[in-house]
Amino acid sequence: MGSPKVNLVPPTPLPSQVVKDDEPILVSAAKSGDIGAFETLVGRYERKIFRLTNNITQNKEDAEDAMQEAFLKAFEHLGEFQGNSRFYTWLVRIAVNQALMKLRRRRPNQVSLDEEIDTGEDTIPREVEDWGPSPEERYEQTEMGHILSGVIGELDPSFRVVFQLRDIEELSTEETAEALGLSIPAVKSRLLRARLKLRQKLNRYFQRGGNS
Amino acid sequence: MKCKGLFAELADYLDEMLDPALRVEIEEHLAKCKNCRVVVNTTKKTIEIFCNSEPVALPEDTRQRLHSALEKRLRRVQA
Repeated sequence: MGSPKVNLVPPTPLPSQVVKDDEPILVSAAKSGDIGAFETLVGRYERKIFRLTNNITQNKEDAEDAMQEAFLKAFEHLGEFQGNSRFYTWLVRIAVNQALMKLRRRRPNQVSLDEEIDTGEDTIPREVEDWGPSPEERYEQTEMGHILSGVIGELDPSFRVVFQLRDIEELSTEETAEALGLSIPAVKSRLLRARLKLRQKLNRYFQRGGNS
Repeated sequence: MKCKGLFAELADYLDEMLDPALRVEIEEHLAKCKNCRVVVNTTKKTIEIFCNSEPVALPEDTRQRLHSALEKRLRRVQA
């Protein structure tokens, strides 16, 4: 008998919410060795996982390697997934670890998530111009993707990773703290600083009368 | 409440985790202070833009390499 056929599913459009009703069924089937079910999960999340690894590593080659390793590890360790959280949350944690390993390898002295950092919380930004109602509509979707990825890349990795998990992957503060080995106050303070820094960086694209 | 007080509570305010009395104090300050209002509005908008952003399509060669790597490894696991 030949090798089992791997069902390569085409990528499917994703709604903003990643939770789908059939996810537990697919996970259960994949746990029983149904490769097609696992491939369906891969097809569902590959774009989001690639965005995550790309945002963290800021390097296409590392992002691709980290994504591949994340999916392979997920399949190999699927038996350990207890179903206490969403499958996607579990997958995100694996992908974050792979991406951080790549980042640390490339910048060994610059990436330490657990050291105390000055989040500058006493500094109050000064603004005079608002952005208007829908500033993002000034840009095409692909262009917006590049803008968002670019401004995230300008953040320090210890802010970038927290923001990615909380505000893009929509993990809770507790899940983010657990995934990164940080305290809850550290997650909160880095998240606020990341949000304020990103807001400031987006000013140049979105401010009324800005460089758009 | 002053601007500094607002920023001390901003993280929980943005995540809607403040107790109602404190939230009212913040909103009263925001009604009076244009600077804080602009910063808070644009920060909320920043979160919304990132949260609602859809990932762009995976480059086709990247996708093919992913599925080819998966196919190889999954076959090995099943063998």
